[in-house]
Amino acid sequence: MRVGLFIPCYVNQFYPQVGIATLQLLQKLGVEVVYPLNQTCCGQPMANSGFEHLTKGCNELFVDNFNEFEYIVCPSGSCTLHIKDHLHDERNEAAAIAVRGKVYELAEFLTDVLNVESLNAYFPHKVGFHQSCHGQRGLKLSQMTELVAEPFSKPEKLLRMVKGLEFVPLSRQDECCGFGGTFCVTEEAVSAKMGKDRVEDHLQHGAEFIAGGDMSCLMHMEGILKRQQSKVQVKHLAEILNA
Amino acid sequence: MDHSQLAATFNKDESRVTWHDETLWWVRQKRDKQAHQLPEWERLRETASRIKNNVLSNLSGYLEEFEANAIKNGITVHWAADGKEHNAIVHSILQKHGVNKIVKSKSMLTEECHLNEYLHQQGVEVIDTDLGEYIVQLAKEPPSHIVLPCIHKKKEDIGELFHQYLGTPEGNADPQFLTNAARLHLREKFLTRKIAITGVNFAVAETGEFVVCTNEGNADMGAHLSDVHIACMGLEKLIPKRKHLSVFLRLLTRSATGQPITTYSSHFKKPRKNQEMHIVLVDNGRSRQLGRPDFRNSLKCIRCGACMNTCPVYRRSGGHSYHNAIAGPIGSILAPNIDMKDYADLPFASTLCGSCSNVCPVKIDIHDQLYKWRQVLVKDGHASIVKKLGMKGMTFTLSHPAVFNFAGKAGRWVLKHTPFVVNNGFNPWFKQRDMPEPPKESFAEWYKKAVSNQQ
Ligand code: SF4
Repeated sequence: MRVGLFIPCYVNQFYPQVGIATLQLLQKLGVEVVYPLNQTCCGQPMANSGFEHLTKGCNELFVDNFNEFEYIVCPSGSCTLHIKDHLHDERNEAAAIAVRGKVYELAEFLTDVLNVESLNAYFPHKVGFHQSCHGQRGLKLSQMTELVAEPFSKPEKLLRMVKGLEFVPLSRQDECCGFGGTFCVTEEAVSAKMGKDRVEDHLQHGAEFIAGGDMSCLMHMEGILKRQQSKVQVKHLAEILNA
Repeated sequence: MDHSQLAATFNKDESRVTWHDETLWWVRQKRDKQAHQLPEWERLRETASRIKNNVLSNLSGYLEEFEANAIKNGITVHWAADGKEHNAIVHSILQKHGVNKIVKSKSMLTEECHLNEYLHQQGVEVIDTDLGEYIVQLAKEPPSHIVLPCIHKKKEDIGELFHQYLGTPEGNADPQFLTNAARLHLREKFLTRKIAITGVNFAVAETGEFVVCTNEGNADMGAHLSDVHIACMGLEKLIPKRKHLSVFLRLLTRSATGQPITTYSSHFKKPRKNQEMHIVLVDNGRSRQLGRPDFRNSLKCIRCGACMNTCPVYRRSGGHSYHNAIAGPIGSILAPNIDMKDYADLPFASTLCGSCSNVCPVKIDIHDQLYKWRQVLVKDGHASIVKKLGMKGMTFTLSHPAVFNFAGKAGRWVLKHTPFVVNNGFNPWFKQRDMPEPPKESFAEWYKKAVSNQQ
């Protein structure tokens, strides 16, 4: 199985260890992984700010980079959702539709495509999991508390395979952290307050690590933790599953 | 002032924001509890959504049916194209009866039309009889929430207000005591006012009747004691048949406050002997919204307020920061229809987390509409945000890998250009947050080395 690895622009530049963990984890699971070097970004920062009409170049580049793969895997729910919902290509719409159909967020790729049932990972810590909104309400990686429906969580299922890991429950299971792309600067006051409240929920329940599937949410919470000089750290799901 | 500025002001008192957030979260939890008691909940939502879809697809037919039946029942029906016409119609009825003091029970439509201000200018005294509305009216503020108008006020604030206006003892903030004080005061108004205005929650086309839902019974008090009852409603309040109430009444208050049903669901069908009954049907932009395929679903709204209670941004910015009669997620998709320029900021006052769409009892795709409004507003050049973000340079770089990779060595490009870190003087990111240290090398750089080492 040949997989195209899609690493979000800010992960590439700020959190290379998350890209590395994703790559190594997939390789461990017997997948051939290729990282197309010409990739940049999914276009979401522009589109969510109302500039979807300017994302044409970004979109076409994405199709060119990833068209050839059987699957595309990305360690971000938010970027995956954006591709799934908004990727178009006037030159070749069929290719864009195909790409949209084969892009997977890391956790769902592991549980739904590779059908992972056990992992050789060890992470002896108390971990709170931040379920990003796009991963959850967009990609349905876990059940949403608003709905009257059976609970499930793909990332939690994976984390429970990690030896030594203690899963920390939260008071508000799926509240938004307030990152929200450009929202984090255009609505600084509300964004920061949301982030502080989210972090506080993890701290109150004794988490040593805040894990998540989206580095953008984690970067925002990490920023708050650092400012508070907290010892609690953020970790991407891939890093823990690869530990 | 736009939403972000008003929200920043609201956030100056952090403990108050925490209190506001927790108060509304508690309401959301009550809603969850009620919803989870009904295994058929999701089917109810779907049914309600479809009934409303039918209404919106055949609106003119249902309106005519409703009008004909209401007239048959002895109700006078008026049509208002906008808020101005609505206010003038109401005023003309008051003038006809020579009345300049009225009672009104909660109606978001009259808020939307700014009826109180208008009547005040005409020398008419309006008393809002819903306790929450009454409180904000005393405070000379608009409601901050469509169901819980004074949710932004602590009981101490209310005690203070009542002390000032109703002469209750200073420092007494006992809710029971204050409610009673308001009740005594309002009773006198009910008994002496000849005209009562109410809103409408549902209007039944089949029968020409309308239903008003309240917890305090104040709509009934007003309507039953008055000689003239004026009911004001937006065009979208229609439902085809009376039996459809069995869907909507089950959803409304469970979603709104987590009660199984409103204390009073009062049906009004025809005037009492010697009473006059009027209905004012108001468009005020609704036909225009109906004509926008991406946004027409917003007219399904039954004004339960659940989207506000669940909204993490609303809970931490307060209703007044939306500077619109209807706040929160639903207000943010309704307001730009009324005025794109004035409300261009509202669709951006969201993280697009999607919780609103999940609680909405009529399944409005609220967060998708917020996204779509952003596209419309930017294309029309309305958003001031356009200038702030410098998107054009960003898209150029992101469409050109060579530029990106050159610019992007170890965080350089992202640090300079990504909107959340872009350094324009004082960057809001750093006010309460730190940035990660840029690493020695990017993932792409690491990968290139790793691949060449393998070969
Ligand atoms: S949009 Fe939906 S959730 Fe919000 S007030 Fe209207 S009906 Fe209620």
